[in-house]
Amino acid sequence: MRRNWEAIWLVARREFIDQFRDWRIIVPMTLLVTVFPFIADDTTRQAIGFMNRFGGDLILDNLIPFVILVIGFFPLSFTLVVALEAFVGEKERGTIEPLLSSPLEDRHLYLGKLLVGIVTPLVFSYLSIGIYLFLVSRRDVAFPSPYMLVLILLLTFAHAVLMVSSAIVISVQATTIRSANLMASFVVVPVAFMLQGETILIFWGNEDVLWYAILAVTLLAILLVRLGLAHFKREYLLGREIDMLNFKNMYRVFRDRFTGGAKSLPDWYRWAIPATLRQLRYPLIIVFSLGLIAIFASYAWVMFNIPAYVELSPERLDDFRLLVRDNLVNLDGLDRQIPAPFLFFYNARTTLVFLLMGLVSFGTLGLVLFIANFALVGGVLGAASLVGFSPFLTFAAGILPHGVFELTAVILATAATYRVGVLLVSPDTDRSLGETLLLSLADWFKVFIGVVIPLLAIAAVIEIYLTPILLKMVFPFL
Amino acid sequence: MIECEDLSKKYNGDFWAVDGVSLGVQPGEILALLGQNGAGKTTTVRMLTALISPTRGWARVAGYDVVKQPQAVRANVGVLTEQHGLYMRMTGAEYLEFFGKVYGLDAGTRRQRTEYLLDYFGLAEAARRRSGEYSKGMKQKLALARALIHDPSVLLLDEPTSAMDPESAQLVRNEIARLRSSKRTIIICTHNLAEAEALADTIAIIYRGRILLNGSLDELKRRVLGPVEYEARFSEPFDAGGLELPAGAELAYCSATSLRFRVEAPLAVNPKIVHALTLCKAPLVSFQEVSRKLEQVYLKTMADAQGAAYAA
Repeated sequence: MRRNWEAIWLVARREFIDQFRDWRIIVPMTLLVTVFPFIADDTTRQAIGFMNRFGGDLILDNLIPFVILVIGFFPLSFTLVVALEAFVGEKERGTIEPLLSSPLEDRHLYLGKLLVGIVTPLVFSYLSIGIYLFLVSRRDVAFPSPYMLVLILLLTFAHAVLMVSSAIVISVQATTIRSANLMASFVVVPVAFMLQGETILIFWGNEDVLWYAILAVTLLAILLVRLGLAHFKREYLLGREIDMLNFKNMYRVFRDRFTGGAKSLPDWYRWAIPATLRQLRYPLIIVFSLGLIAIFASYAWVMFNIPAYVELSPERLDDFRLLVRDNLVNLDGLDRQIPAPFLFFYNARTTLVFLLMGLVSFGTLGLVLFIANFALVGGVLGAASLVGFSPFLTFAAGILPHGVFELTAVILATAATYRVGVLLVSPDTDRSLGETLLLSLADWFKVFIGVVIPLLAIAAVIEIYLTPILLKMVFPFL
Repeated sequence: MIECEDLSKKYNGDFWAVDGVSLGVQPGEILALLGQNGAGKTTTVRMLTALISPTRGWARVAGYDVVKQPQAVRANVGVLTEQHGLYMRMTGAEYLEFFGKVYGLDAGTRRQRTEYLLDYFGLAEAARRRSGEYSKGMKQKLALARALIHDPSVLLLDEPTSAMDPESAQLVRNEIARLRSSKRTIIICTHNLAEAEALADTIAIIYRGRILLNGSLDELKRRVLGPVEYEARFSEPFDAGGLELPAGAELAYCSATSLRFRVEAPLAVNPKIVHALTLCKAPLVSFQEVSRKLEQVYLKTMADAQGAAYAA
């Protein structure tokens, strides 16, 4: 452990020394970091004066925490260059090979660079925040509470880890500093959007919700560090001199994995699909369990909490039943309102969104969307129960007939998305990051096209033509 | 010791940068790896340094497997890379100190090795200057010092004397020769054929990822340029019409004042040639081996390989 830390510190220390000897890094950073708080302070003063004329108390109270968050973010964005060129910069300057030829382990090199990448922006970021807080303390305005300050400093830390870990992944994968700098937008822009979301949370006034933002950003950052470590290979830093995409090879890799060597469609279904489904057994167990938990938790939440907020008198319940009956009457012409192909297309598109969200979050956002969908099922059953319908009958008639196919399809697609994320963050000594992504996407599309699409098609037909009939049969008293 | 068998590396799905390289270098031996730019020398060295993994084949360096024990391989190998790879804002002393730490040397050994190497390569006076201010040759010397900082048992040197002045280059060659005598195993990648000829015990010529030739210099000369030639020089024009050559000797070239003989077994045949010349009363001034350079071997091998590739 001590030896590992010494090795990481050795790499980091050299980089620190190198940076602090380069006036072209130090001078602009110091200037930006010290000047910006003064500009922000003046802007805040004018904004407060403006707000005071209109009595915007909520905005006034949260303006300074918001400005602190922004001041913390600025140094992160411009010091990102340190992390962006951590590896590709050394490669371009030709200094990487002696370092890679040394007995330092991959993780020592990676974590050493990561440490410098995180500490440098954080130092500048906290310095900037410190200067701003000093300026604020000299004005007659409400100083943020220590609790809020801790939250914002933690959030800034999480932003730094997230941005730097992404930048280091870019630095390993890029072949030139120029391409790494171009790709920096893929780090700065999403975090800027994230910052806007967090700003809403701050102005919304519920400080505690910021903890969720901190947790989500930290989780993503940890997964990115894991991805970076898992796919860090000395070979890729030296092997590629130019950015060259071999589309022929990419197509071949994808095709071979997608077809699984099958020569015909029956063969594909007989050998290739079952082999991929077997690989999904653990993700399926996890996803299925999460789905069940979501249904039961949401059902229980509705049963315990809704009565506290909504008055459920016999008259009110009758109103609800009438509402349900009116809706069931409308189900007669459901195939004209929502044609089965439309429903199929909508569900297939939602499944693709699961994949896209999963791809940018290593499977986690795909899982979150899946849990939200299953929680909705539990919520509907809970609401039905509160109104007086049997949740079992509601499930059996309203969800199960098409759900057997649709929920199975969604569970399979989510499990495949989750596996894409897991493969991306799992060490693989034989494959590059691009190859891993290509293979896992081939597996995902194999499941999607071979199983999910047919299941969703069947589910759409049943949902439009059979489920309404069953619902009306089960609830004739309506 | 370095040994590898069928060492191969494929890039980008279908390009073999190195294809079936087999080599063996014993302690106290220097192998010169020659070839054009892009022939696969650097890739081979990188595989032997456990920097990149082979697609096929195996290699053991300093007793360790490059795939299974990459850390141990790197700890026992000193590498001089194609580019010097110095950190320009570090002083020469700091740079060697840093790599001493990287290789796990204790403080005392680090200081001693740093001082020794800086002094040996004539960099002691510049030790406190940033390496960015060094001349090209000084940078190269510092890079070589880095490769030697941990006193490795195996050395892989890419163009060790490039950019150096003749005195410095001689210094480096002397150091390499000294390392050989202290039983180090050394591979040199170079375009400097005179240097390869002067230093190497074994020469391997690589072309498009494949080893075309591998052996001692004499062996390569014999294989590529044919049997050794000897030249007899005369003080005045001599008519060789009546000369009866002994078995095993063949007349390769003839002029008024010189004759050249191709001889398979010089020890047995040369005395007979001299005897035959004496019998013919040839005005013999000298009889010596015709000098053949590595350059001739290399150029002929390359020309043959390119011709074959073109024909294919």
